[in-house]
Amino acid sequence: MPMDDAILSLQGVGKIFPGVVALSDVSLSIARGETHIVLGENGAGKSTLIKLLAGIYQPDAGTIAFNGAPYQPKTPHDAQQSGIRIVHQELNLLPYLSIAENLMLENLPRRAFGIVDRKALNRRAMALLKEVGLEIDPRTRVETLGVAQMQLVEIAKALSYDSKLLVLDEPTATLTPPEIKRLFAIIKRLKAKGVTIIYISHRLHEVFEIGDRVTILRNGRLVATRDLHGLSVPDLVRMMIGRDIADEFSFDASIVPGKVALSVSNLKRNAATPAISFDVRHGEILGVAGLVGSGRTEAMRALFGADPKLDGVVEIDGRPVAITAPKDAVRHGLSLLTEDRKGQGLLLDLAVDKNITITDLGKVSRHGLVNRRAESAAATDLVGQLRVKASSIEQAVRNLSGGNQQKVVLAKWLFRGTSTLILDEPTRGVDIGARREIYQLLWMLAAAQKGIIMVSSDLPELMGMCHRIIVFSKDRIVGEVPRSAFDQERILSLAYQEYVRP
Amino acid sequence: MSETSEPLVSAPVSPSRAKFLRFLIRDAGVLLALVLITLFFSASAPYFATPGNALKIFVQIAINTVLAAGMTFVILTGGIDLSVGSVLALCTVVGATVMIDESLSPAVAITLALLACMATGAACGFLNGWISTRWKIPSFIVTLGMLNMAAGAARVVSDNSTITGLPQSFVDFGNLIIGGFLPSIFLVAVLVIAAGWFVLRFTVFGRMIFAVGTNDEAVRLSGHNPDFYKVAAFTISGLTAGIAAMVYLLRLNIGSPIAGVGYELNAIAAVIIGGTSLSGGKGSIIGTLVGACILQVLSTGLQLLGVGDNFKPIVIGLVIVLAVILDAYRERLLRRIR
Repeated sequence: MPMDDAILSLQGVGKIFPGVVALSDVSLSIARGETHIVLGENGAGKSTLIKLLAGIYQPDAGTIAFNGAPYQPKTPHDAQQSGIRIVHQELNLLPYLSIAENLMLENLPRRAFGIVDRKALNRRAMALLKEVGLEIDPRTRVETLGVAQMQLVEIAKALSYDSKLLVLDEPTATLTPPEIKRLFAIIKRLKAKGVTIIYISHRLHEVFEIGDRVTILRNGRLVATRDLHGLSVPDLVRMMIGRDIADEFSFDASIVPGKVALSVSNLKRNAATPAISFDVRHGEILGVAGLVGSGRTEAMRALFGADPKLDGVVEIDGRPVAITAPKDAVRHGLSLLTEDRKGQGLLLDLAVDKNITITDLGKVSRHGLVNRRAESAAATDLVGQLRVKASSIEQAVRNLSGGNQQKVVLAKWLFRGTSTLILDEPTRGVDIGARREIYQLLWMLAAAQKGIIMVSSDLPELMGMCHRIIVFSKDRIVGEVPRSAFDQERILSLAYQEYVRP
Repeated sequence: MSETSEPLVSAPVSPSRAKFLRFLIRDAGVLLALVLITLFFSASAPYFATPGNALKIFVQIAINTVLAAGMTFVILTGGIDLSVGSVLALCTVVGATVMIDESLSPAVAITLALLACMATGAACGFLNGWISTRWKIPSFIVTLGMLNMAAGAARVVSDNSTITGLPQSFVDFGNLIIGGFLPSIFLVAVLVIAAGWFVLRFTVFGRMIFAVGTNDEAVRLSGHNPDFYKVAAFTISGLTAGIAAMVYLLRLNIGSPIAGVGYELNAIAAVIIGGTSLSGGKGSIIGTLVGACILQVLSTGLQLLGVGDNFKPIVIGLVIVLAVILDAYRERLLRRIR
């Protein structure tokens, strides 16, 4: 494809965070007026790419040119000034202000003495809303809007700045099919007006309707940029996942699952969610697949007592147990490795040893006094066993890499001693080396007859590791696939099942 | 795969050296500041470097030190307790009322008064903690409410008058200077600090206080009840307010419903100057003692220098702000070392 009229071009762009290479050597041209799709799994580098364009991060390598000139935004404000506008996944509206105020916030029409010209404000807001097909009084407070309406307000806001390039980050994640339809109509209209659009999505089916070309990222690298025409969903999946499964995992068939370790029946989080049931056996690794937001994490948290649940029975080794708070779950031998390692798993400013012993200080204390020597010994032991790379066990976990932080979380549960481990995205943001070690550790635990539930967005990972995979789609468990029937496309189509229905 | 599997750990400093640097930055820095300020006033202010003045300073910091000790627990968990001043007032009138009961022998009256002070303070503190955790209300608001409630209760209990006539043996103990250099009430303050230091440093409970202040959600998901520790921290703060009320009675010999106005701010200032982070999880109670010393040395020193009462608060206010700026800077330094 001829690239002479590129509005945006990236040359060898890279971004490194401590422990993780987020983007590496990405070169890409976006043609003026095209709608360009960016795809990739979680952690593939999409959000880093957006943040570079938004001026939130600065690249560590490479150059970006926009409209023929070098593009080096230092702040989001710089990005806006240059004509790049980003509609982030998490909305950035001010709930207690009106739609009009939100739309024109950075450029409120003024009369003398800095008084806001309300008439002009609402008139201009009305025009913007009309452009995105939202027929609503601009004086309405944003907090009263539905998510889809807020999304449209965000887009209208992006339009209010005469944007040359509009970046939409998963705009349909929270929309219903009719709303998506309307959004697509707007995108087509914008395109007809010559606005260039970068569109990021997880929903593979929908991108064909609006996209011209597609770029696929994987592990921070650009896999391919192609014309969408002529590609199919399986083609996209193949490029997104790409790697050879057998290469990285060696499923150990010698481990045979035993009796049921944990069984969950009719777990209902709230009145609106369906009841779900599943179980995991001793020595079994149960995979949990599904899109982000499909209710996987929420179900695990409810089971663990981290969030309230409405109804449901949890049985451990055949005995029903009452779990209303995480401490009940922990007492009954459950462990939860949360998807948000830093926010929910670790005491970032405390040392490695203190993070490990937090699950059971009684083990290293007597009469309420901590025995520092016993604590150090226990921590040193686990740090060695899991090969945590730290300068000492007194190093604050904040300064460890993602993989080593994750090992500390695992160490804290091993310290406690656990019968069933629930792991939510255990390898997210973890480099390949540490990832392998985590896999090996899980196999060891399975061999020791622990029950393991592994929630992951990384399908090859689940297919490489698990005896069985259950698939969530829109809060429902829509299928269970035994190892003999593992098939990427089948699992993916199950994961999408509840979303594609009108 | 061409990803780097080597983690980029930023810790080129050796563990033992890091430990020393950490000590230097976190604890020794405040101590050094105290020494420098003391040296400055010793050189410049008349009568500052005299035994009599040193004794006076020890006597004057006792109440604030006791209050600040409990405050340290609350701030370590990420909360704040604005009520300690008026809880102290309430406790002084409760304690004094018990103590002047003529049907009791002095020894019994004093013991009962001590228990009553501690129980009243602890009850107020428990309420602060329980309300703020049960309904998830910022402790700033809850303790602001308690500040008013306790002040009102103090007036009700005392019928809005000061209570005098404490037992002579009690008054004598308050004036006692052990060995000619250690005022009895300063000893009480030191004992409270020592107890707090022991609890925070060596016990499981102390560890949990730090853990809750660092990340209460992680603590909850590790199988604990963080609210328990938060309520306990507020109860301790109330308890120390009760003890501080006894120190007040020892020093001033009256129970007063208008005692303690503004004390909470001095206590918070001592904690913050002492290096405990307002966001919780980081700090030390020894630092709090040093912080209380710095405040009083400044106040006394400025007075002896002839700085008027109008200017003194300006200087002290500046020092508090400076301490918080240094705290932010210190955090950045520490982060680089660990």
